[in-house]
Amino acid sequence: MISLQGVTKRFAAITAIRDLSFTVQAGQVFGLIGPDGAGKTTTLRVTSTAMNPTAGRVTVGDIDTVRAPEAVKQLIGYMPQRFALYPDLTVVENLNFFADIFGSPRAQRAELIARLLGFARLTEFQTRLARNLSGGMQKKLALAATLMHRPRVLLLDEPTTGVDPVSRREFWDLLTEIHLQGVTIIITTPYLDEAERCTRVGLMYRGELVACDEPRTLRDGLGATVLEAQSAQALQARHAVEKSEGVLTVSTHGDVLRLLVDRAERAAALQAVWQANGITVGNVRVVRARLEDAFVLMLTRHDKT
Amino acid sequence: MNSRLLSIIRKEFIHILRDPRTLAIMFIIPIVELFLLGYAVTTDIRHLNTVVFDADRTPQSRQLVEAYRASDYFAIARYAQSEDEIAVLLDSGAIRAGIIIPAGYGDNLARGAVAQVAVLIDGSDPTVASTAFAASQSVGQAQSIKIVTQRLGVDVTRLGGIEIRPRVWYNPELRSANYMVPAVIGIILQFLTTLFTALTIVREREQGTIEQLVVTPIKSWELVVGKVVPYIAIAFFDLLEVLVLGTFWFGVPIRGSIPLLLGLSVLFLLASLGMGLFVSSVARSQLEAMFLAFLTMLPSIFIGGFLFPLEAMPGWLQAISYLVPLRYLLVIIRGIMLKGVGLGAFGDQVLALLILGPFIMFGASRRFRKSLE
Ligand SMILES: Nc1ncnc2c1ncn2[C@@H]1O[C@H](COP(=O)(O)OP(=O)(O)OP(=O)(O)O)[C@@H](O)[C@H]1O
Ligand SMILES: [Mg+2]
Repeated sequence: MISLQGVTKRFAAITAIRDLSFTVQAGQVFGLIGPDGAGKTTTLRVTSTAMNPTAGRVTVGDIDTVRAPEAVKQLIGYMPQRFALYPDLTVVENLNFFADIFGSPRAQRAELIARLLGFARLTEFQTRLARNLSGGMQKKLALAATLMHRPRVLLLDEPTTGVDPVSRREFWDLLTEIHLQGVTIIITTPYLDEAERCTRVGLMYRGELVACDEPRTLRDGLGATVLEAQSAQALQARHAVEKSEGVLTVSTHGDVLRLLVDRAERAAALQAVWQANGITVGNVRVVRARLEDAFVLMLTRHDKT
Repeated sequence: MNSRLLSIIRKEFIHILRDPRTLAIMFIIPIVELFLLGYAVTTDIRHLNTVVFDADRTPQSRQLVEAYRASDYFAIARYAQSEDEIAVLLDSGAIRAGIIIPAGYGDNLARGAVAQVAVLIDGSDPTVASTAFAASQSVGQAQSIKIVTQRLGVDVTRLGGIEIRPRVWYNPELRSANYMVPAVIGIILQFLTTLFTALTIVREREQGTIEQLVVTPIKSWELVVGKVVPYIAIAFFDLLEVLVLGTFWFGVPIRGSIPLLLGLSVLFLLASLGMGLFVSSVARSQLEAMFLAFLTMLPSIFIGGFLFPLEAMPGWLQAISYLVPLRYLLVIIRGIMLKGVGLGAFGDQVLALLILGPFIMFGASRRFRKSLE
């Protein structure tokens, strides 16, 4: 449904994305993740026709975005990272405006708007100015606006950032419903629990795609063991073993240490180091890997090469 | 009509109506500007503060002072006791002119000799000075003829010679308001359309809404036209506002055809909208757009024939002024309102606007792209 082939986007001095290639099959939910400035927004922009790539080719439903942008626009709904509806228009006025400019038939308009408002739980706020909505409501309104012309593809740029956990769940319920209607979705998110819900996940780093697979495959193909341990001196404990053999990464979360090591057997050697430094560390155990571990490891390995 | 265009126009009207302060400014600017320019910019110079040093103190010298007072140009506030006192008063700016009548003035006249009078004029404001200069001479000459007539016992004006009878057309009382009010219309039209066209487009970019618009089927021209139509409507409302106020408050005549005035203003708008579009393609923020819009006003105000007559400028500046669209509109508006002439009189101006407008518009739309980059 969506395909990027060798796409590069350069701004004056910066190459935002470099030789990017991936495909998204019809009906998939594709999650794009990566640290700030990795190039996620740029990827969505070149896919949505908002920008033309410097090099490479993007097709949506086999239509080239540079050659036939108008046809692509009918197929896609793009929700920018920043709220991009009119703050001084009401909820309904915003929806009507976008329906108008897509020329969606008036006959079913009222019904579609009523359904979308109900679905986004905005019915009682429909006459409120968009600027007076909460952050979460604005995100849902923006999603509703991209659905006014019934697109086959949705491109969502961080639709849940800055939204409280309850609204975040609500938003994903909406997405699931849209997905079940056969809409193909690319979504970027900083939340890895959201990435786990995607059909496939692409990890971007410095404008390149570092990994791209099903979330479970990425997690299980980690090629390392995750250890957790507890210590009142977690920071010192971390410094003591950071450079030890077999230790890939160490992070601290309060008094919990999380270590990625090449083999579970390293645990004994680590304990010895801590004891030698007079640091008490207890309850060292092997735990299940998370998607986050996989990404941290991939980015560390990528940096080294 | 195109339904996308209509929905953009409708949306833009909502933006305007939901921002009552800006809306108020758009209706108040013309009134303020009209009153400021109608009253403050006046070349009708009268009642200059004047002090007299009369060293003669004869009936003849008092007659001369009365003649100056009666002319209306000189407001004689008081008498000085010495020439130095006049110099001090001129230095301090308290007076604009000083009249010095030397001792012996009356005697000289009585003997039939030439009597001299000195008039000192503050030349720091050339407009004021040249008026005072001319007035001081004409009052003196009239007085001189009167004295000669009395001595000869015959009216010298009946002895033949030249009599000049200047007659001023179009604005017989030479009122500045008649000159300024029509020009305010031009300035308002240009200012509102340039500024608000630029602002409304830059706002879409600053607000980030352009990112949503670029992925819709809206075409660039629809976006631009849809966004400026409401401002054109407001500009014309303001135009009528100025016409009504100018006529009923300042008593400025409208001798020609109002529909012709409106029609030719539309032609001018092509140029000023083009400038607004150009500004919007350069400015990165609304603040920048505001500055740039003011910047485009400067040549119009100073070398467009708004405040200063074009004929008085050096040749190279006059040459540049041919590129200022307002120059042509001012000729048209003043012609229609004050002279009551028809389209036939404006062939050159219409041609110039027909060339400049599309040229600026074309240049600006080439720069303007409905795009993020
Ligand atoms: N219009 C632009 N002009 C110049 N540089 C840009 C532009 N847009 C993005 N960049 C640069 O390109 C790089 C990638 O930016 P992009 O916004 O795609 O990253 P991102 O992954 O979406 O980041 P974030 O998580 O912060 O949203 C960054 O270094 C950014 O500074
Ligand atoms: Mg981004």
